[in-house]
Amino acid sequence: MTNDALRPHAENAFAHELTALAAADDRPRPARWRLSPWAVATYLLGGTLPDGTVITPKYVGPRRLVEVAVTTLATDRALLLLGVPGTAKTWVSEHLAAAISGDSTLLVQGTAGTPEEAIRYGWNYAQLLAHGPSRDALVPSPVMRAMTEGMTARVEELTRIPADVQDTLITILSEKTLPIPELGQEAQAVRGFNLIATANDRDRGVNDLSSALRRRFNTVVLPLPESVEAEVDIVSRRVDQIGRSIDLPAGPDGIDEIRRVVTVFRELRDGITADGRTKLKSPSGTLSTAEAISVVTGGLALAAHFGDGVLRPGDVAAGILGSVVRDPAADRVIWQEYLEAVVRERDGWKDFYRACREVTA
Amino acid sequence: MSVAGTAGRAPTADGGGPWVLGVRHHGPGSARAVRAALEARRPAAVLIEGPPEADALVELAADDGMSPPVALLAHVTDDPGRSAFWPFAGFSPEWVAIRWALEHGVPARFIDLPAAHTLARKPDEPDGLDESDERDAGAGAGLRVDPLAALAEAAGYDDPERWWEDAVEHRGAGPAAADPLAPFDALGDAMTALREEYGDGGHQRDPGPVSPVSAGPRRHARTLAAPGTSPSTSSTRACTRHAESTHLTPQAVPQRPARQDLVREAYMRLQVRAARREFDDRIAVVCGAWHVPALTAKSTVAADRALLKGLPKAKVDLTWVPWTHRRLARAGGYGAGIDSPGWYAHLFGSPDRPLERWMTKVAGLLRDEDQPVSSAHVIEAVRLADTLAAMRGRPLPGLSETTDAVRAVMCEGSDIPLALVRDRLIVGDVLGEVPASAPAVPLQRDLTRLQRTLRLKPEALEREVDLDLRKETDAARSRLLHRLRLLGIDWGEPARSARSTTGTFRESWRLRWEPELAVRIAEAGIWGTTVDAAATAKAEADAVGATALADVTALAERCLLAELPDALPVVMKVLADRAALDTDVGQLAQALPALVRSLRYGDVRGTGTHALAEVAAGLAERVFVGLPPACAALDADGAAELRGHVDAVHTAVGLLGETTTAEGGGTGGTGGTGTGLRGRWHAVLGVLSGRDTVPGVIRGRAVRLLLDDGELADDAAARLMGLALSPGTPPADAAAWIEGFVGGGSGGGMLLVHDGRLLGLVDAWLSGVSAEAFTDVLPLLRRTFSAYEPGVRRTLGELVRRGPEAPGVRPEAAALPGFAPELDQERADAVLPVLRLLLGSVPGADVANLADVMDADVMDADAVEGNGVVEVAG
Repeated sequence: MTNDALRPHAENAFAHELTALAAADDRPRPARWRLSPWAVATYLLGGTLPDGTVITPKYVGPRRLVEVAVTTLATDRALLLLGVPGTAKTWVSEHLAAAISGDSTLLVQGTAGTPEEAIRYGWNYAQLLAHGPSRDALVPSPVMRAMTEGMTARVEELTRIPADVQDTLITILSEKTLPIPELGQEAQAVRGFNLIATANDRDRGVNDLSSALRRRFNTVVLPLPESVEAEVDIVSRRVDQIGRSIDLPAGPDGIDEIRRVVTVFRELRDGITADGRTKLKSPSGTLSTAEAISVVTGGLALAAHFGDGVLRPGDVAAGILGSVVRDPAADRVIWQEYLEAVVRERDGWKDFYRACREVTA
Repeated sequence: MSVAGTAGRAPTADGGGPWVLGVRHHGPGSARAVRAALEARRPAAVLIEGPPEADALVELAADDGMSPPVALLAHVTDDPGRSAFWPFAGFSPEWVAIRWALEHGVPARFIDLPAAHTLARKPDEPDGLDESDERDAGAGAGLRVDPLAALAEAAGYDDPERWWEDAVEHRGAGPAAADPLAPFDALGDAMTALREEYGDGGHQRDPGPVSPVSAGPRRHARTLAAPGTSPSTSSTRACTRHAESTHLTPQAVPQRPARQDLVREAYMRLQVRAARREFDDRIAVVCGAWHVPALTAKSTVAADRALLKGLPKAKVDLTWVPWTHRRLARAGGYGAGIDSPGWYAHLFGSPDRPLERWMTKVAGLLRDEDQPVSSAHVIEAVRLADTLAAMRGRPLPGLSETTDAVRAVMCEGSDIPLALVRDRLIVGDVLGEVPASAPAVPLQRDLTRLQRTLRLKPEALEREVDLDLRKETDAARSRLLHRLRLLGIDWGEPARSARSTTGTFRESWRLRWEPELAVRIAEAGIWGTTVDAAATAKAEADAVGATALADVTALAERCLLAELPDALPVVMKVLADRAALDTDVGQLAQALPALVRSLRYGDVRGTGTHALAEVAAGLAERVFVGLPPACAALDADGAAELRGHVDAVHTAVGLLGETTTAEGGGTGGTGGTGTGLRGRWHAVLGVLSGRDTVPGVIRGRAVRLLLDDGELADDAAARLMGLALSPGTPPADAAAWIEGFVGGGSGGGMLLVHDGRLLGLVDAWLSGVSAEAFTDVLPLLRRTFSAYEPGVRRTLGELVRRGPEAPGVRPEAAALPGFAPELDQERADAVLPVLRLLLGSVPGADVANLADVMDADVMDADAVEGNGVVEVAG
């Protein structure tokens, strides 16, 4: 948690904002909440406090979603954040935990190999052998710690966790208690405990939630960026950051090409052209903002190392093709239709059309 | 409002009337308050904002057969197209006031400017309405000054609707002790302040009960039943367009609000004055909140009379028509500026605990759709909605809180089930009814008028009529019959023409008028007031509701036949959308020819078909892209079917190329598209002909089509045929290739007769087929060759018997592959006079020259009968 950490935790990076908010916040706070729900929403969405402190927006998106998310946590229901990869689910959950409990580290990372111990508790075997079963020999999981301390726990990628392990959460969420049969005890959650889970809704099939578990969550779906401008902004900012970290020269007029990539991605993703006049088929790939970023970064690398340093249609065409055509048969037809029906006719897209035709053929 | 409460503007003393009750049209809170006020003050008469011509119809509101939502429909007697609607829902304050008056035996009168004046202006008067203005006016959100928005802003709300809900609608019954007129007082004061600030003319907000819409609701039930369809889109357009052609009542004409509002308010003041004399001030006035200050303001009779002088007047008829919640909703067009009639009806109708009842309703709906929703979900949703409202600082959860809660708890964050909730509950499927004793719908009058002018009498006896579309009356008759068919009024049925001409200018109909058709007309009355408008609205709704691509193409064709250019854009949009999402190339290929046919037919009738051409070209592009993959791995039946599609697309592309080129005229761009389209089609055919995975019959067909279009080099066909028939190819595949290349009624026989090399190849292949394989391919070959005309078969036999031609015999001069090397001068000469007749006399034209030009075509016409050329010339 020192300052030279590669990536400081939210509660450290934005400590001054949290302090200022807590000072300015005179609304009722739920038990063990550091801030009132209103202040939590402000922390995420940004704003200016009466004392002039500027709260930077952590999440750019519909206010409604954040309000529903915060309110959910205040009603002691667990929160499930859904969304395709790259829609800031983890980011939102980290900041929510930081703002509510002042600690975003009570985290369980869901993987196919996540064991039950990661959600319930494990044993310190040396202690267990030496002194027999006791609370001292028990190693609490982040969830158990959150329960006993009244904090916010986080579970990342909930749907990647095997179904039987997922169901451990049912008792925790409905009875708010964690039985410890080995000791004949239980750990009861104190007020203030809640849980934020994130799941990728493209992967629903991996380990879909049982309806018993699903019922314990209020669901908030985080959408992809609403407007082209917002997405272009996100992509170019991120590309800039990545570019600097891998020492790519900044392209002078790459913004047009970025806009083009974002437009193509958005149109195919939404199944409709930007002018709203032509419907399109959507390919099987996600075409998320994150993928647009990697296409542009890849294009920049091509331009820098093999081209004249200027991002050109040819540099991104292959990347786009790779992102769009995931299923060689169906997606290819969709891509060609898009090329012929939309790209070919569009003003100023001749170069791009030609470049795409070249890599597609 | 008890005018006495607002000092200075009070025309009467305390305790007495008139009580001016300012309301928000279709506001359940207002309706509740109006009822409470009427109960408390028990006026001797109720005056309501609405057309006074409807006074005679008020009694019908108490009829058992009447159930809201309904609308008053006013239309100009001899021009039903100019019309306006005053919709009422069960929760409309006006409706509540009418019912109260009827229940208590008190006269209810409408006091707004008579529809005779508002509808009197001719539609061609400039009004400068553009679409966005209308939309906004219709949505009840004015562009310039929205008084409610100003009030809401003052109260710290960003959404005027929410402010109104919180401040007025959600007040509930309130403490019984409070004066039932208090809210009206406060509202009146607020409106006065607003009018002082913005001037009396700045008002856009008051949506008014008047909303001209072209169609009514009863038949909607059917459209509504189709899941996922929303007739609202089409009706929005219908309404918008209608608003342009019809003259709207003042609220809807933003350009003239000041003058119009003043006139209306002057008229209302006069009426109020008269009623006060008659009923000794014991009257209640129910009107839009905006008008309250004007009605209580001091003004002389003379000044009001002066304002009303010289207003144009028209003869109008009024009737009740059934209405729907959907039409009340914003989404349903002009509506009355509310987007959640179902929610409002719920608020108005539920005795207590509206939120709990609402969530239970939602849960019930979702359960019916097989969504697992338990009572626990309902509890959690109510909790979340309550907490959200508290966090947002609202007195009670409103629609947005409940919707957010439903989404997060019951719909797992998804908007798809939510759309269902929105469609079924928030808007709702409620359908009004009017008693049979209500006056006839204007559609019937319009039809009667048309029948008279077109001299087409409805007769029970069946008879056939032949229409010559070149004559104006006949064309109009045809249009009428086609439009009626679109509306489901099957008075006429298309019949085979007795004269069996193939010309496109002739149509035959079998007419029979059955009594039940009158019922159908009454039902169709919901679509509009004239046959034209109703058919347009119906076609648009049908297009939106259609599921199969072919249905939409058929509809497009019918729209052209019925000449409904206004419906075409919607149909085309739907068509383009369906085509874009359709993955079945077969369906696309099927749709294309019909589309191109309509395109050409539209040309014959002189209808603008630019949009159609665009859609057809788009469709063709999609077929081009999808065809090669679709041709892989097919069985024999599938291949035969697809071969048919390839043929159809080929013809369509040919025609489409012509049409677009012709239409593009001078502009090179469009012409280029035409040829470009053909070029790309040829490229697709090239791909098909060369790909091994494509079934033989399609490959053969592709080669043949390329050959016919002159796209193959001189001996390329022979080379390709050689490849297809080489010993490595399975005999069945090769036979299929031959079938594709020369089979069917496509004149393939002639090709073999004239091109010795091709015949030689076939002959050589056939002799090389092994005995066992021969029995396999024999049926296919028989099918191929038995379709030829006897003459051709004989000649072929003759040629084969004579043995393969020596290569040297074939003259170099052969112009086109597949035809005789030389022109048969004698036969060509025989055709020339006819050609001259067809082309019109060409004075001074060199006959020899003409003959040169005609050479190819003559050969074509001669050799390849029925291949399109003859037809086009005819």
